[in-house]
Amino acid sequence: MLRLLRPGDWLTLAIAALLVGASFPLLWSRELADRAVVRSAGRIVAELPLSRDHSMRVAGPLGESVIAVERGRARVVSDPSPRQYCVRQGWLERAGDIAICLPNQVSLELAGRSRRYDSLSY
Amino acid sequence: MTRSVIELEATREDRHVARMAAAAIALSLAEAAIPSPVPGIKPGLANIVVLLVLSRWGFRAAAWVSLLRVVGASLLLGSFLSPGFFLSLGGALTSLAALGATRSLPERWFGPVSHSILAALAHLAGQLAIAWLWLIPHAGILYLVPALAAAALGFGVVNGLAAARLLDGGPETEPAPQPTS
Repeated sequence: MLRLLRPGDWLTLAIAALLVGASFPLLWSRELADRAVVRSAGRIVAELPLSRDHSMRVAGPLGESVIAVERGRARVVSDPSPRQYCVRQGWLERAGDIAICLPNQVSLELAGRSRRYDSLSY
Repeated sequence: MTRSVIELEATREDRHVARMAAAAIALSLAEAAIPSPVPGIKPGLANIVVLLVLSRWGFRAAAWVSLLRVVGASLLLGSFLSPGFFLSLGGALTSLAALGATRSLPERWFGPVSHSILAALAHLAGQLAIAWLWLIPHAGILYLVPALAAAALGFGVVNGLAAARLLDGGPETEPAPQPTS
């Protein structure tokens, strides 16, 4: 088995293993979010910095959604939408995390310094 | 066998490429039947055949075998021209490019295992590039990279060892590639 590997193969294996190993902390690390973007009917109604605690109400077609920012995290506290998916999603912590309240058309998204994509469609 | 009027000249290399491509397609089909715990992670046993052909017959034959394998296996699996087919094709093209580049490595130091590792990682890179550019232009795809790269490395080593073993101890002509188990 070992004689099938030539010296350079060990080198290739070591470098590749190093790169693969390095990719874990590099790509699985959480990008820190620094603000919460609140949208209603697709328009941005507020950008809340995560450094301070806030609470805000956003009006949608069904009623008011309540959004809270606390200790660098954000969540939808309450929402009139029937299925409550966005409320049950709980705290959002990572840049790119998003809670969408439908049909109240309110969304809460965490953003970091770099925008990683322009749009999402489902 | 009925005698055909049209006789296509098949050289020795043509026949060899056809035979090796058939073996590679068979391995692809066998592999498709193995349930994978994670979609997208496959051992890529057909690459053993490509590595053998590369080392015995050179790059041109290896490229033929690899591309015939992609087209042939996709026709048999019914995925021809589907997104999966293009991912497979993209992976095959980038891994061929990597294999072409490894030809310039000194043979004394770098064997099939190096070729296999580099080809496996290039294959992953090609597939991810296509997935990113065409199917899912979302950074979330990067979260898959570490796990997929680890799998590619592992299977790259195993396939390389299999190819090295077959080249080392196999019969001189017409190695019959067998799944290693």
